[in-house]
Amino acid sequence: MTRKMRGGAFVALGASITLLAGCAGSGGAATGNNTAASAGDDQVITWWHNSNTGEGKDYYDQVAADFESEHPGVKIEVSAMQHEDMLTKLKAVLQSGDAAQIPDVFMSRGGGELKNEVDAGVTRDLTDVAKDEISKISGFTGQYTVDGKVYALPYSIGLVGFWYNKDLFAQAGITDVNSAPTIDEFNGYVDKLKTAGIDPISVGAGDKWPAAHYWYYNVVRECAFDTVENAIADVDFSDPCFTKAGDDLQALVAKQPFNPGFLSTGAQAGPTSASGLLATGKVGMELAGHWEPGVTGGLTADGKVPSFLGWFAYPTFPGEAGDPKDQMGGGDAWEVSTSAPDVAVDFAKYLLSDKVQKGFAALDMGLPTNPAATGDLKNEALAQLLPVRDAGGNTQLYLDTRLGSAVGGPMNDAIAKVFAGEPGSQEILDAITKALKG
Amino acid sequence: MPATPVQGVAGIAPGGRRRKPMSGAWRKRAEIAFFVTPALALFLMFVIWPIITAVQMSLFKWTGIGPLVDFVGLKNYVTVLTDELFTDALRHNLIIVVGSILLQLPLGLGLALLLNRKLWGQSILRTIIFVPYVLAEVIAGVVWGALLVPQYGTIDALAAALHIPTPEQGFLGTPDLALWTVLFVLTWKYLGLAVILFLAGLQGIPDELYEAAALDGASWWQVQRRITFPLMGPTIRTWAFLSMIGSLQVFDMVWILTKGGPAGATTTMATYLIAQGTQASNFGIAGAASVILFVIALFFAVVYQQLVLKRDTQPDTPKRKRSQREKAK
Repeated sequence: MTRKMRGGAFVALGASITLLAGCAGSGGAATGNNTAASAGDDQVITWWHNSNTGEGKDYYDQVAADFESEHPGVKIEVSAMQHEDMLTKLKAVLQSGDAAQIPDVFMSRGGGELKNEVDAGVTRDLTDVAKDEISKISGFTGQYTVDGKVYALPYSIGLVGFWYNKDLFAQAGITDVNSAPTIDEFNGYVDKLKTAGIDPISVGAGDKWPAAHYWYYNVVRECAFDTVENAIADVDFSDPCFTKAGDDLQALVAKQPFNPGFLSTGAQAGPTSASGLLATGKVGMELAGHWEPGVTGGLTADGKVPSFLGWFAYPTFPGEAGDPKDQMGGGDAWEVSTSAPDVAVDFAKYLLSDKVQKGFAALDMGLPTNPAATGDLKNEALAQLLPVRDAGGNTQLYLDTRLGSAVGGPMNDAIAKVFAGEPGSQEILDAITKALKG
Repeated sequence: MPATPVQGVAGIAPGGRRRKPMSGAWRKRAEIAFFVTPALALFLMFVIWPIITAVQMSLFKWTGIGPLVDFVGLKNYVTVLTDELFTDALRHNLIIVVGSILLQLPLGLGLALLLNRKLWGQSILRTIIFVPYVLAEVIAGVVWGALLVPQYGTIDALAAALHIPTPEQGFLGTPDLALWTVLFVLTWKYLGLAVILFLAGLQGIPDELYEAAALDGASWWQVQRRITFPLMGPTIRTWAFLSMIGSLQVFDMVWILTKGGPAGATTTMATYLIAQGTQASNFGIAGAASVILFVIALFFAVVYQQLVLKRDTQPDTPKRKRSQREKAK
């Protein structure tokens, strides 16, 4: 008995040491180049995207297969992930600092996030290698440019604006909806909806960013585009237009146009979210981006985009410095990692080709940036955005993305306080300044 | 054929020489190693290593990409400790600590006393009270979130049917009410644990004491005050310790119900550090906040251990020392 126990003790000790060694070893194994091992002599490109369901997923699988057939010896490993999962996984591999784990081609949202990636040396300068594609989409590359170099190829750029329920507007007696209303006209819509007993606007302030969009857009409308750019570059937000943006937001909140409980309402999840309230006909309108038809379509009983959906631009503030043609929006672009093989650049360029962008538009997967594909959109509501987007104004990227999440977080917190009724025009600017100087 | 030594038989080394038997001390050490090493390995990996990493991260400005190169010393700690959102979060945690004890102790003790008596449907009642504790916190949070949706949730619908006014922003959306609503849901969730622990404590009190008190004609209140409460002391103190540590680290329920909002009204230290890390990519600040939370929880745990729990773990020590001193005299 004793002998058995003694032997068992040594076996257990051995097992423990093996366990420790195994744990230590697993870290080492993870650093190996998994792509090379899995593909023999093929050149392997790993591609991460977020079209993980339905026709969009099938289309991207076909795109990858087409590229492979045109490039013998190249294999594309496609990872189609749910958006949040993809961002989380991407963040994790970028944090690991392990080049072998970073996908070769992946989605970028530009702005401060991209700059962090450039600073960390994980993303490739595409300025020269993709100059033909960049010249086609030059109107959209601004937020993907760092120190004059383009690091990502935008393939879908959309706008934020008001999505409204045409039926409820008609019920409230609003028949002449202006596609670019002034703030007075907009306030008139709110008043009429309230008089008709309809909650005018839903906003997912519980998730903060949908509420923050109001302040961002006020900034776009009240400050000249260059004023914003200079303020960010110089960390100087002393121009009165920034304070005015906060004051006007406070004025809107004071009108009480939002759905009951908006401070705890979520953005898009479920029928009681801001998008859900719009989709189910509970509110007159919602400020949201080009993704809204898709989101509301997922929240209706029949799974279809509501037929009552219309769109108008964020109201203008006459006499203010912002160009009425400027809009706020953002989109997605393809980045190529510095560790990727050169053929990955060809693949990213292929994703911007007329052929791929036309197919992308035909499935209403987003608003294409390649002019050759803009006529292929099928969804009427989405197509409405194109002339506004391409009217020649600047598109300001969502400021939390533009400034990076380290600044965006405190900024959105401060804006959320304004929605909670606290005075905060200056506090928003203080939060940005403090975080930028961090 | 000459006999050959059998290898592997204990005590016989190859070549026929007798191996020295393992001494008792060595055997004991091997046995300790046998039981301790796997647990120690896991503890080092999942407790000590993350703590070291968090401390290291807290000394750098880091957005989560690339290596830790921007050393800032204690600046992140200063940032956290001077951030109004964090000091508010600390205050919210303390409110939850105190509120949980003040609500769950009398309620739990009362229910335990009730359920300790012979009662029709006793086991069903116990199950009903204990079910919320068994539910995953995330599921409980989602359910309460749906119940509390302003205007469209069950609570508001019920209140409207009874003509009871409800806050326009809802219970979770009104800054002055949100924390108390979260505290209510936490109480609903964890009351079952308190009741089960208190029931176990009550069942450990000898019946003879109650019988003697009855013979002496003691009133119900006298029985509780002189017998039940004093003898429940160790159970209550242990439960209060668990409640306190849980309240300091509360995250899931708050995140599901409010994400720390509205306007920071329900932010706790845990939601603060998660928001700083995963949402704002301020991993250095998140690291500093996590170290501060750890130190605060450790401080509370050590002080509580020294001032309150010590008497339960070493109940006879002072007496024994005193009697030994008296004997020596």
